[in-house]
Amino acid sequence: MAKFTRTPISYQDPKERIHNFEEVCLGYTKEEAIQEAKRCIQCKKPTCVPSCPVNIDIPRFIKKIAEENFQEAAQILAEYSALPAVCGRVCPQEDQCEKTCILGRKGEPIAIGKLERFAADWAIENKLSLGKTNEKNGYKVAIIGSGPAGITCAGELAKEGYQVKIFEALHEPGGVLVYGIPEFRLPKEKIVKVEIENLKKLGVEVETNVIVGRTITVDEIFEEGYEAIFIGSGAGLPIFMNIPGENTNGVFSANEFLTRNNLMKAYRSDMDTPIKVGKTVAVVGGGNVAMDAARTAKRLGAEVHVIYRRTQSELPAREEEVENAIEEGIIFNFLTNPVEILADEKGWVKGIRCIKMELGDEDQSGRRRPVEIEGSEYEFEVETVIMALGTSPNPLIPRTTEGLDSDNRNRIKIIDENGQTTRKAIFAGGDNVTGSATVILAMGAGKEAAKAIDKYIMEKSLQTNN
Amino acid sequence: MYEIIHKKLLAPSIYSMDIKAPRVAKAAQPGQFVIIIVEKSGERVPLTICESDPEKGTVTIVTQAMGSSTKKLVAKEVGEHIKDFVGPLGKPSAFVNEDIEELKKKKILFAGGGVGTAPIIPQAKWLKERGIAFDIVTGSKNKDFVILEDRFKELAETLFIATDDGSYGFHGMVTNAIEELVVNQGKKYDLCIIIGPMIMMKFTSMTTKKLGIPSIVSLNPIMVDGTGMCGACRVTVGGETKFACVDGPEFDAHQVDFDEALRRQGQYKEEEIQKDHEYCELVGGMING
Repeated sequence: MAKFTRTPISYQDPKERIHNFEEVCLGYTKEEAIQEAKRCIQCKKPTCVPSCPVNIDIPRFIKKIAEENFQEAAQILAEYSALPAVCGRVCPQEDQCEKTCILGRKGEPIAIGKLERFAADWAIENKLSLGKTNEKNGYKVAIIGSGPAGITCAGELAKEGYQVKIFEALHEPGGVLVYGIPEFRLPKEKIVKVEIENLKKLGVEVETNVIVGRTITVDEIFEEGYEAIFIGSGAGLPIFMNIPGENTNGVFSANEFLTRNNLMKAYRSDMDTPIKVGKTVAVVGGGNVAMDAARTAKRLGAEVHVIYRRTQSELPAREEEVENAIEEGIIFNFLTNPVEILADEKGWVKGIRCIKMELGDEDQSGRRRPVEIEGSEYEFEVETVIMALGTSPNPLIPRTTEGLDSDNRNRIKIIDENGQTTRKAIFAGGDNVTGSATVILAMGAGKEAAKAIDKYIMEKSLQTNN
Repeated sequence: MYEIIHKKLLAPSIYSMDIKAPRVAKAAQPGQFVIIIVEKSGERVPLTICESDPEKGTVTIVTQAMGSSTKKLVAKEVGEHIKDFVGPLGKPSAFVNEDIEELKKKKILFAGGGVGTAPIIPQAKWLKERGIAFDIVTGSKNKDFVILEDRFKELAETLFIATDDGSYGFHGMVTNAIEELVVNQGKKYDLCIIIGPMIMMKFTSMTTKKLGIPSIVSLNPIMVDGTGMCGACRVTVGGETKFACVDGPEFDAHQVDFDEALRRQGQYKEEEIQKDHEYCELVGGMING
């Protein structure tokens, strides 16, 4: 029955797309979007909305698509989200809004993410201006980091009338959206750049090449006249395994591999940054970053193995990305863990020694713990190894800011749900508070912090004026 | 965009450039570095800060045109701009946090090699301003490549210049020069700070180890972001993996695995030669002409 079957969406043919960096999912056409939107049964008490971290009024924007009023659909999205074109593409909807869609009980849930993407892309193509900005209120707020948390916080505050400036360490704003997520999942010129231009149209200023903690300190930012600061510096430090041979030539962190390709565009011959992949590549890990690194290596011409210590059903990566990776010919070595990286006489990777695993008892989080099978070690030949084991927050800002506490994993401590840190007038949110998580959660945190910053400054100004 | 305020040829293919970057100039401390991107298609290149003037808002870098990026950089003239210039990066030199009176008791030797002698300046200046005396020994290929001699003379108690071919000063390498000072001239040093090409730092460290002089090196591995987010610059120090951009760039010279560092530094040699070749064709040999 059509009611329970999702409207199919087009993808680039896997045989072709492994030779290019163009977007893989082509998105819904108008007709397809309308057809899919009409499947939504417009629940009185929608179960999808509470599962969206920013609580977008999902039935309302979908109804507008069904009525072919794409402009209003986009406007509704803009009320809740600063980056709908991004979130429609990269959110793990299967674990959020789509997971609790009532249609999912008897069939396939509504393709909420793809519809969000459709409406947002339509707005971009039609150059729709969605931001309404209040009159300037004369107060300055500084944002550290231009990733999803910072962008969202900046956008919300600018709309309220604040003069907002973002300090970004890299030479381009966007955070993980520009250096982490590849072009074939999230186009940079067409989507990310446009979203950041929209932010600038709201009056947000972006100063790149400023590393807070080195170029300037948090206290120096206050000296420049800012009333409050939001820290959205992410979790950008790569984790290595500390196994023998990890510093062999040809071993990358996924962050380095992806930064070279996405931010520095090393895959293009007209760019100066080099990249090197061998004939066979091993990617260690099972998250989205591992999928991105594997699929990037495939596009650079390699045979790619993903090495993951649990089974396919525990892969933390998004289902769609895993499916796409399998279609593209990525080979998965499940229940496998590396124990050593082997080098040739010149110090280049020539192989990887792994041990087979089995799933043992459940750990505290309820996941079955992988256990090594004794005597099951084996070697296989690879020329490049990419470590995608996760990241942790950079300790630079807490270390250089007196009174700003962080925990033993370098996560900035917040003392309430609004992102208030242990220091007055400083707020934080996103991966630097939670450890590496999702784009939409970072956006949610940026949004909450914006509200709290507004409240803080308004209360302070009342007190001063009385 | 960051304007080039001043440019000077110091030796064949070695240029000093003052770049307008007020925030960096204000924050820079001895031992730190910057990352630059010359133009839109460019790569991120780490360069040690050679001088900074907070009042003028300028930072001085000294570059030898070696690969495509450094050649593109030195081809820029005064009034032109560099696309990105970020810093200061890395930890300041350890002595910045030491007790001045304790430092005054120490006899420090700086050992610089080639273009790597220029980054001695900010450290030497810092010490000189605090009344701490030190010697400097520099090594160059030949007379033409001896740079900043007058500047070093002002700063150091003794400046000892060595050239590989003996065309100026002491005949020999930096390692020979240090042995000459310590073994033959009987000088005693409590600390040696070594800056130069990786291979020079390796052999100089071996010499100071043999002579029992505690030493520090300023490492220059491959870097991408320079902020700790990628690990391209990782080095093994005392058996532990460190990121040179955030844990360094200065480390205990006698704890560094130089063979690994040299091997890792050469990872993109083929690609660099390839790029360099393309660039030379592009500018029709203008750079070397």
